[in-house]
Amino acid sequence: MSGLLETRRLTRQFGGLRAIGDLSLSVNRGEILGVIGPNGAGKTTLFNLLTGIYPPSSGEILFEGLPIAGLRPSEIARRGVARTFQNIRLFRQLTVLENVRIAYDSQIVCSPPDALLSTPHARLREKESINASMELLELFELGSLAENRAGDLSYGAQRRLEIVRALALDPKLLLLDEPAAGMNPSEAMQLTDFLRWVHGKFSLTIVLIEHHMQMVMALSDRIEVLDFGVRIAGGKPDEVKGNPRVIEAYLGTEGELP
Amino acid sequence: MKYLAQQAINALQLGSIYALIALGYSMVYGVLTMINFAHGDVFMLGAFFCLLLIALVPVPFWLALIVVMAATALLGTLIERFAYRPLRKAPRVSAIITALGCGLVIQNTTLGISPYARPMPRLLENATYQFGGVTITMLQIVIIGVSLGLMLALDFLIRKTSFGMAMRAIASDRAMVSLLGIPANEIIAITFAIGAALGGAAGLLYGMAYPVVSASMGITVGWKAFVAAVIGGIGNMRGAVLGAFILGSVEVMTVAVLPSTYRDLISYSLLLLILVFKPYGLLGKPALHKA
Amino acid sequence: MMDGIKKHLIPLSLLLLGLVVAAVLPATGLVNDYLQFVLISVAINAILCVSLNLVNGWMGEFSVGHAGFMALGAYASAILTVKLFPTAPAALLFPAAVLIGGCTAGLAGIPVGILSFKTRGDYLAIITLAFLMIVKSGLENIPYTGGPRGMLGIPRLTTLAWAYFWCVVAFWVIRNLVYSKYGRGIAAIREDEIAAEAMGVNTRTAKLVAFVTSSFFAGVAGALFAHQLQFINPSSFDILKSTEILVMVYLGGVASLGGSLLGAGAVTILTQSLQPLGTWRMVVLPAILVVLMLYRPSGIMGYRDWAWLKPFFSPAPRSNKKKETEKREGPQ
Repeated sequence: MSGLLETRRLTRQFGGLRAIGDLSLSVNRGEILGVIGPNGAGKTTLFNLLTGIYPPSSGEILFEGLPIAGLRPSEIARRGVARTFQNIRLFRQLTVLENVRIAYDSQIVCSPPDALLSTPHARLREKESINASMELLELFELGSLAENRAGDLSYGAQRRLEIVRALALDPKLLLLDEPAAGMNPSEAMQLTDFLRWVHGKFSLTIVLIEHHMQMVMALSDRIEVLDFGVRIAGGKPDEVKGNPRVIEAYLGTEGELP
Repeated sequence: MKYLAQQAINALQLGSIYALIALGYSMVYGVLTMINFAHGDVFMLGAFFCLLLIALVPVPFWLALIVVMAATALLGTLIERFAYRPLRKAPRVSAIITALGCGLVIQNTTLGISPYARPMPRLLENATYQFGGVTITMLQIVIIGVSLGLMLALDFLIRKTSFGMAMRAIASDRAMVSLLGIPANEIIAITFAIGAALGGAAGLLYGMAYPVVSASMGITVGWKAFVAAVIGGIGNMRGAVLGAFILGSVEVMTVAVLPSTYRDLISYSLLLLILVFKPYGLLGKPALHKA
Repeated sequence: MMDGIKKHLIPLSLLLLGLVVAAVLPATGLVNDYLQFVLISVAINAILCVSLNLVNGWMGEFSVGHAGFMALGAYASAILTVKLFPTAPAALLFPAAVLIGGCTAGLAGIPVGILSFKTRGDYLAIITLAFLMIVKSGLENIPYTGGPRGMLGIPRLTTLAWAYFWCVVAFWVIRNLVYSKYGRGIAAIREDEIAAEAMGVNTRTAKLVAFVTSSFFAGVAGALFAHQLQFINPSSFDILKSTEILVMVYLGGVASLGGSLLGAGAVTILTQSLQPLGTWRMVVLPAILVVLMLYRPSGIMGYRDWAWLKPFFSPAPRSNKKKETEKREGPQ
């Protein structure tokens, strides 16, 4: 069992509020890890720490054995950590193709002078990026929408595009922040199959934040439960389901654990 | 020593005028997070309104002050109503651009009507007092006194009245305020009116102190007060006053040591320096960051 | 490869034809001096407009400092042609002077770009304003360049051909940039800076590239401007000059090459035809800006462009897709 990502005593304070406290987790290569917890448990903050949007207050984050805490988000993305956002954050005014290309661009080597003077090297890279991005879009049946503005897509297509955009980074680790938000149960089940397919096709490791319990239980190899920024339980889906602390955390707030 | 005390009075005088204008920038920024670039020109028009008023009817100083403040308050609300309110939901950049445009329209219209600088007639008698060899004029006492009085009144208004509470509420969360049934538009309009009135008063005082009035004053003096507001932390009232007195002192010192043409250079360099090391000014706080 | 050259042959020869026309036209006597002056102004303004558009349009920030960068280019080039090498042959000196003007301004773009890493929106606008004021009052205090009176007797070296040439260069380079990974990064910053970083866009590099390129061409335009008017002083580069360029950007259209051209042309012709109004002319421009913000904030061609201004390979021709993927896989 090799750890792709590991956090050691990760802590993040916002003023007096401790959003994440002393969190030590590890994500194994190739697994799907579910992260659940009531609202305000610090799940999204965890993603923001992992992707470098916030620096941690203390603690370490290791990705493929190397420390990444304190690196710029773009550098972390380039090393293979991609994510989606809870409240879809596409480049709305840009086209579907451009959205994907922006992520793909991080794989392109092209210096500013090359770009400014449009050297043959730069043009070759441009073609390469268009082709690769189109290929990816076709794969996800978004090819015919390539020239549409991302903001004009339907909600479902926007969710899908955000995943495609993340995949264009050619990531090793994909962080999904509530991909099923706003979906009904049958849509969520479709998404489950879709994510399973993506997981295999791109040989990914996935960390999934989700409130749809059925989906998390079906997809995850392991589940970690957070409450008030602290890990309160973890293990196989079935173990977590029966854990009294988890039920308590949920009953205290929402009480919808099946 | 005497020289220093004399300079301190000069700094106090310039600082109080800057403070009055800077408060207008800061108040508007506080409620709308918008840079009201046109405010410097409202200040300039305050001086011109006074000039016009005196030319029409010879009124005493205090009456001129009231009339000018009323006129600029009206002007401020009009600008808000017709240029800024329609843009309340537009991108922030649109609002800054509009403000800049409005300011330049006012400035150049004034320039079209009055191409040359005009002398300001005297409104107060020319009395001077001596305190241990330091001379202070009646004018300086009035300027500093009126400014301090207005600032204290504003402080009271913001801290103790329901209007002030509503204003502070809008500054912290505008969406919430509408839900609570506070009439946000009215409060914003009143904020503009008060800011503009203070700017108008400053225009009148400035015209009396440096008795020349010109259309470019909005940029040469008004924007300086904006610099002061940013140095202090725009959106923060006490910061605006602090910034104004710092800038006033720095400018008085600059002119004492260097040719007066260096004044702008030093002021704007100070601004840049402060923004590099304290990006939100001396007393300002960063806006809550929502990721 | 041959295919690529062929595709470029037509626009390239059209551009060359334009250059020949620009070079020959003044000698034919078909256009009088005034018309020539206006045409040169359009070209210079188009450079200013497209370069400011990079920051204000594509990147979505608000810089009011463009006249400051322009001033640096104008002064740097004029020092070369007036003070340092007044006797050098113009054919060599002038291109060098324009280039050095551009580089001077481009260098000044670096600190502003660095400041933009952490500051955005209002605060960035304030920084560019401070920059403009510092440049202007700094120049007023340098006796070497005539202080507030400025520099006189600058040789009239800006010909229609040179103005045309630099205008084409500016549009070509900025087009290359906006249709490159850096340009997409710049647009991503406008749309959502945090998402851009999370998607691997090094926003610092992108901002630096935008500011340096933008200020470089402002400097080039300044150099051309100085050698067109033959006279510059610090107040030629005040906030009104910046406003004029802002009007061009927001009238023509943000984030648009065609819009930049359109805006520059319209505003130049407008200011020329408003000449008889004197001071009142300066009321019209800012008033246009206000009306635009109220009714059409992204301008005539905002976020769009004419197809002929886009590179050939963008967007992907759908029908060729299969062929191209084969080609791509071939050599590897």
